[in-house]
Amino acid sequence: MDTLTFKGTVTYSIYKQLRNNFVNLVSTIGDIMIFGVQVIKSICKRNVDKKVLVEQCARFGVSSLPITLSIVGMSSIIVAMQVAGEMVKQGAGNFVGLLVAMLVVREEGIIMSGFAIISMIGSSLASEVATMRVTEQIDAIKVLKVDPIEYLFTPRVLSGVLMMPPVLVVASLVGIIGGGVAAHLASGLSYKAYFDSVWRGLYMKDINVALLKAIVFGFTIALVSCTCGYRASGGARGVGEATTKAVVWSFVAIVIWDLVFSILFFF
Amino acid sequence: MSIEVKNLEKSFGKNKVIDNVSFKVENGEILAIVGFSGSGKSTVLKLISGLIPKDSGEIITTGDIAMVFQYSALIDSLNVYDNISFALHERKDLRKKYTESDIKKIVREKLGLVGLMGIEQKFPSELSGGMQKRVSFARAIVTEPEIILYDEPTAGLDPMSSTLIEDYIVRLKKETNAASIVVTHQMSTITRTADKVLMLYGGKCVFYGTPDELCKQETPYTKQFVSASLEGPMRMLKG
Repeated sequence: MDTLTFKGTVTYSIYKQLRNNFVNLVSTIGDIMIFGVQVIKSICKRNVDKKVLVEQCARFGVSSLPITLSIVGMSSIIVAMQVAGEMVKQGAGNFVGLLVAMLVVREEGIIMSGFAIISMIGSSLASEVATMRVTEQIDAIKVLKVDPIEYLFTPRVLSGVLMMPPVLVVASLVGIIGGGVAAHLASGLSYKAYFDSVWRGLYMKDINVALLKAIVFGFTIALVSCTCGYRASGGARGVGEATTKAVVWSFVAIVIWDLVFSILFFF
Repeated sequence: MSIEVKNLEKSFGKNKVIDNVSFKVENGEILAIVGFSGSGKSTVLKLISGLIPKDSGEIITTGDIAMVFQYSALIDSLNVYDNISFALHERKDLRKKYTESDIKKIVREKLGLVGLMGIEQKFPSELSGGMQKRVSFARAIVTEPEIILYDEPTAGLDPMSSTLIEDYIVRLKKETNAASIVVTHQMSTITRTADKVLMLYGGKCVFYGTPDELCKQETPYTKQFVSASLEGPMRMLKG
């Protein structure tokens, strides 16, 4: 088969698609790292637009709270409802609170909050930056000699770092309390027995690791979303593709971080 | 001399979009870059403004460069005041130079220059296309640039708004003495604003002269462009 014939085959088009995807993956990871370093430098130099930072904190914290609380609260209620009855029957009712608290603080609270914030905030950050890219607003910022990374990325990423921990704390509290109510309704377990075991199951290390994860997740979600938006090209289709990429990549990134944290602190 | 371009070349992949283009624009002069769609006009502006890197050649500029974008490119999350004062608030070298009351005065003055007063609190989505364009003029001149680049400033506007915009281009030239480049394919913009005209086709310069010389239609290129004919040496580039 000569080169010209091979170029017309399905195999070639699959190879070409895979090659393009790989190149795109490598260049996006490169951009995320470069922009991440730039953002950290700007934060260290305190080059942050305070007005934009306040707006972004409100967006990150307040807008995402209802959906985050709903998701974390409901998933804790589901877990408590399913395990409480069985554990009480087996004489392990005193461990229901411990189980729910460990689950919420170590994993479920942070990962579910992360997913909720990616869906709510990550997607909107990506589409906002992508729209600015395709409508030449970012070019206008550059021509006005303002650094677009410092102006757009830094306040958004910093707001993720600042707001993710309080969102996580509130969501975890709602999750633990919701779990207690569900356990009481499902199995008649007393609130005292539930909350006594909650305190038995919680360690400072768990709380500190969860807060550290929240900071890292907030940084990652905002950085990945802004980068995917910044790399957008074309028109409406480009904005859509950037938003999808931001959501998928943020999901993958926080699961990878979660694995890293588990290996570092609980392995 | 404000802008001097020598033997400029730029390719995207295998496609050469700017091929050995040279020109000069003095202070207080307007050069119109004309040509059919896809001839490389906007690429020249992006190269001069530094938005894309050149492959070879020289671009010599003196002073600040401002650009008015085809679709205004106002930051839609900011109101008119914040859009115009954007560079004064955010640019590192200007951030601490002006007090807020100085900035208010400058914004009011620039809005007055483009005939728009009292719209500081409006957002871009609340303005018509022509008003957005005039706000983007005000934003461009807020740093007193010596070079102003206009990318199809009258595209998508009704004839009266186009005339208004053309008048503002001439007025800004007189007020600022800036060297200006206007990318356009509208004859009225060329004849009403330009001192010189450069025509591009396939990235190459095929005409460089005055608007009068363009209108005389002495070459096959100028004849085809002015008469908007499909017959001639220039073929529409396929999309």
